[in-house]
Order: sequence, then C-alpha cells, then structure tokens
Amino acid sequence: MFYREAGQFKTSYEADQSLFPIRQDRIGIAVLLLIAFVLIPLTANDFFLTSIMIPFLVFSLAAIGLNVLTGFAGQLSLGSGAFMGVGAYAAYKLTSIFPDVNVIFLVLVSGFFSAAIGAVFGLPSLRIKGLYLAVTTLAAQFFLEWCFIRIPWLYNYNASGAIEIPKRDMFGITVSGAEATPLARYFVVLAITVVIALLVANVLRGRIGRSWMMIRDMDIAAELMGIRPLQTKLLAFGVSSYICGVAGAMMVFFWLNAAEPSSYSITLSFQILFMVILGGLGSLGGSFMGAAFIWILPVFLKFIPGTLGIDIPAETVEHLTFMIVGALIIFFLIVEPHGFARLWQIGKQKLRVWPFPY
Amino acid sequence: MLYDIFIDPFVQMVTMPDFFLQVLWEGFVTGILYALIALGFVLIFKASGVFNFAQGIMVVFAGLTLVGLHEHGIPAYLALLLTIVVMGILAYGIERVVMRPLVNQPDIILLMATIGLTYFLVGFGEFVFGGEPKQMIAEQLGLPTGSTAFEMGERGLVILQHIDIAAALIAIIMVTALAIFFNKTRIGRALRAVADDHQAALSVGISLNQIWAIVWFAAGLVALATGIMWGARSDVSFALEIVAFKALPVLILGGFTSIPGAIIGGLIIGFGEKIGEIYWGGLVGGGIESWLAYIIALIFLLFRPQGLFGEKIIERV
Repeated sequence: MFYREAGQFKTSYEADQSLFPIRQDRIGIAVLLLIAFVLIPLTANDFFLTSIMIPFLVFSLAAIGLNVLTGFAGQLSLGSGAFMGVGAYAAYKLTSIFPDVNVIFLVLVSGFFSAAIGAVFGLPSLRIKGLYLAVTTLAAQFFLEWCFIRIPWLYNYNASGAIEIPKRDMFGITVSGAEATPLARYFVVLAITVVIALLVANVLRGRIGRSWMMIRDMDIAAELMGIRPLQTKLLAFGVSSYICGVAGAMMVFFWLNAAEPSSYSITLSFQILFMVILGGLGSLGGSFMGAAFIWILPVFLKFIPGTLGIDIPAETVEHLTFMIVGALIIFFLIVEPHGFARLWQIGKQKLRVWPFPY
Repeated sequence: MLYDIFIDPFVQMVTMPDFFLQVLWEGFVTGILYALIALGFVLIFKASGVFNFAQGIMVVFAGLTLVGLHEHGIPAYLALLLTIVVMGILAYGIERVVMRPLVNQPDIILLMATIGLTYFLVGFGEFVFGGEPKQMIAEQLGLPTGSTAFEMGERGLVILQHIDIAAALIAIIMVTALAIFFNKTRIGRALRAVADDHQAALSVGISLNQIWAIVWFAAGLVALATGIMWGARSDVSFALEIVAFKALPVLILGGFTSIPGAIIGGLIIGFGEKIGEIYWGGLVGGGIESWLAYIIALIFLLFRPQGLFGEKIIERV
C-alpha cells in the first residue's frame, strides 16, 4: 500500500536506468540523508557522534569496499584490515610530508596507495579460487602488519611505534587531531562516505559492475563472452582496496586520533567480513545494516547491565559480549544466510501486497 | 648485500653444523605441531566441506578445559578423560546446533559460521576459565620434561627436549591411528564415502549427522593432543589461537583434503620458517616468521593451485 510502484511509468531510457527508479526509494533516501545531515547533528550529543555514528560510517565504507570484492566480484578476501592500514599509514605519511595540503584530499589520495598494493596481492586470484584465495589474502594481512611494525619510516620513527594524527584545519575549522570537535569530524566522515557510496552504486550498475558480477557468477563463461579476467579481477581488487584504504585513513584521522599496527589486525578483517556477510553479499544497503549490527550491538550490550542495575564486572561483560555476538552471528546465518538485505527485500514485498496478501 | 643473501647463510650452516642441526630440529617439531592443527582442519573439510576456522580455538579450549579441571582438584588422568567427554559433547552440540541447519549453504556462509563459533568459544572459554595464561600439567600427565644433549665430536652439541620427542612420537601415533581408522574400519569407510559424495553416501544408508558428529569429535581429539603439546612448550593461553593461523598455509600447501599433505606441508613450513627466520630474517629486521609461511605457500600455489596433494580441479562450464 505504502510501497507500490504501480502507476510509475518510465518514458525514457534514463528514467528506466536511473539509480533509484522507484519514487518511494527516492523519498526514502532523501529522508535518510536529511536525518543524517540535519537531524543527527542538531540533536546528538558528543558521545553518540564519536562512539556510534562516526565508527558506524567508517565501518560501513570499509564494508562497502569488501562487498565490492567479495559480494560483487566473488573474490573472498581476509586482508581488508591490512588494506585499511595501508590507507591510514599512507595518509599519515602524506600529511607529514605535505602539512599544508587539505587533509581530505590527502585521505582520498591515500586510497590509491592501498589500491596499488591491493592489486599486487590480487595477482594470485588469477590462478587460485575460493577458500585457497582467502588463505592467500591472509599473506597480505600478515605481511603488511609486519611492515607497519618493522619499517619505522612509516610511523616517523615515533618511540611508541604508533601513528598520532596532527591537528589539521580546513576552511578555518579543525577537522583532525585531538582538538577537532565531534561534529566537524562527523560531517567530514559522512560526506566522504555518502559520496563514495553513491559513486560505487553508479559503477556497479554500469559495464564494470556487470563484468564483476559475470566473473562472480561463472568466470569461465564470462571469459568466453569477452570479459578479461586479469583486468576485471585486478580492477575489483584495486577499487575494493581503494575504498578500504580511504575507510582506514578516516578511521585514524577522524575517529581514533592514533593507531597502532594492532588496530589493523586480522580481527578487523574478520569484523568487516562479518558486516558484509550479515548485511548481505552483493548489497550496498546491506553493508550499512551489517556495519550497524556488528558495531552498535556490542556497544549496546555494554550498557545493558548498568541500566538494569545489575553489577557485573567489566571483564565478565566483555566475555559475555563475545559469546552473545558469536551466537547471534550463527543464529542470523541459520535464519537468513543472505543477510539483512534479503530481510529488507522480504519486508518490501510484504509492504507491496499489504493489506491484501493474496 | 648479495653476499649476505646467497653465500653467508650457507657458510654459516657449514661452519656451525651443530647450530644448524638444532635449527632443523626446532623446525621439525614446530612443523609437526602445525601439521597436527592442519590435520584437524583436513578431517572436517574432507567429511563435510566445512572450512573449520574454529580448530585453533578448539585447541585452546581443549587445553584450558584440561588444565581448568585439574585446578579444581581432579586427578590428571581423570581430567583427561573428562576433557575427552567435553570435546564429545562440544562436537555433538556443534553438529546439532550449527552444522545441521546450515546443510547445503555456500562455503563462505559455513566459513563465517565457524568464525562465529570461534567468537562464542573465546567468550565461553574466558568466561569459564578466565583469560590469563595457564601452565600445562605436563608432568602430571606423565610426559617427560628433561632434555638430552648429543655430543657431535669436536663440533659442539645438539640439545633435544624430551617433550619435543614425545610430541613427535604422539603425532606419528595419531596419524597412523587415523590412517588405520580411515582405511580399515566401517566408520572410516563411511567417512570416506561421505567425503566423496554426500548424496551417494546417503542413498546407501550412511547417516550424515552421525558421521559429522564423529568427525567433529575426532577433530576435537586432535585438538586436545595439539593443545597438550603446544601447551607444554609454551603456556595455555588464547595467544595459541594465533598459532592456528599458521596452519592455514600448511593447509593450502598440502591441499585441503589430504592427510599426508597436511603432514608434509607442516614439515615444509616448519623447516622453511625456522631456517628462513634464523639465516635470512636478520637482513630485513627479523620477525619474518609471521608471514614467511604464507609466502612459501603462495610460491607453491602458483605452480600447483590445488596444493601438493589436493585433488585435481576440473572445471566445466
């Protein structure tokens, strides 16, 4: 009743191929953007911005990056955490070498370093497939992590071995470093995430995105139909690593302020893979939902005992959180292996036929 | 520079053979232990096509249960028996709760389910036994603890820890036992039938659920043995889970479905890693153990994409 495309006729090719062909979708996206850009900055407090919204957006972007590779091009990767690290360290080096250049520009440029390294580690994908490939991407994870520890040039020979983000201004407003206000950071992160998400959505419905999906569905058939596996797979690795790299740079510049090599460990890779799988392979909206679930649920669980007035030691809460998250992951995989995106589709279908489901 | 890479390490190997032998022995023992972890993976992958990421945490969990039970005053051997029972219950639970509802799902979903299982077991293990490292009860279990030094004439001496010898022996016994189990017993033949073709196995009356529970239990037993051995060499702690990641290059090297592959792959990785770290690691700043195994495996894979002993991949459109 509320969600019905009946009566919306397309009269031109552009209208038929547009990003959001259904009017309700356009309204929905507009409302979401309005909430994100106006309502949340007006109402949210600093805690909500720094510990929920900013990490949520950063992880959503990283999940989109991995989704491009795993969900759309079908190449399973366990190295996304390390590619985020490459972006972070590249952005850090760039801003130390060029302190006067706009920091957002540098964050966006740092993604290209990540893309180059991602393409190199994507080379085995030409011969190796599936789970074997997943294990070889672990080579990238462990090798890059080792580089972050053992090459002191990367962290400017800091005694602590960590990177600390300096203060950087943009149009007179501090956007990075410890003094930046959560609101300024939030706007920067939101803008980058929204722009990249829209760009990716456009790439995916075009020739490149369709060739990725052909490779995913059956690579030999795609090859016979004129898709070049080398270029297509490496492009997928490159684009995916670019997005992950930007997300990693944002993670340290606009959220954490400082990062150690262990921030980009294999745990992060797994977290992002969970977001992609639970959100739904091959769905951009699903990446956001997955990120929300994996990031916000543990934060939420931490506060439950306090609000209920039960006194449990922090350690126990952490262990219980691990157990609950693990159990919920298995539960959701069993209930809906195609992720939240599929649940959303089912919901839309229900809305379409409501109130007369027959 | 070229001298450091191509000549100096070999000169060192020849001039100090005692040290070289010691390195080889270290490599052999770590290789055996990697092979044991890889064996657990292979067992489950062969029978159900599930890439069991939780094998590493099962090793930790088995070790923790054993030590934890002993700390509560239960004698060592009884604790060992009880741990075996616990691993059996765990195997049945995993089969019933996780694997059965996920039959016929794509590989990646099953992989994620085992990672979810890892999270759960980490939380559960820490919740029950606490997060701090524990001492393995090697002596109480009757494992030897001393060491023997072998004189090599004028050249120096090689020191062998008894626990390492025991580890190697136990590994050999386990692999032989598993080979006999797979080839000679009724259940073993059923296991191989399931590995070949699920539907064909079902149609001749083999119970998939039962087989899977048995396989997870066998993997649990391998995990327990691995946990005891690793635990005796270092401590029983959640850091051991990281070690399990080392078993992955062993797996891709040997092939996911091959038990001899797991053993030989483990030995190649063990030797390669130790020799590489000691003779070449210094050139790039050390600590290359964390990724050298993967690079070795990658180089092998470029020539044999299915691993050394994996089944030949035949693709049809």
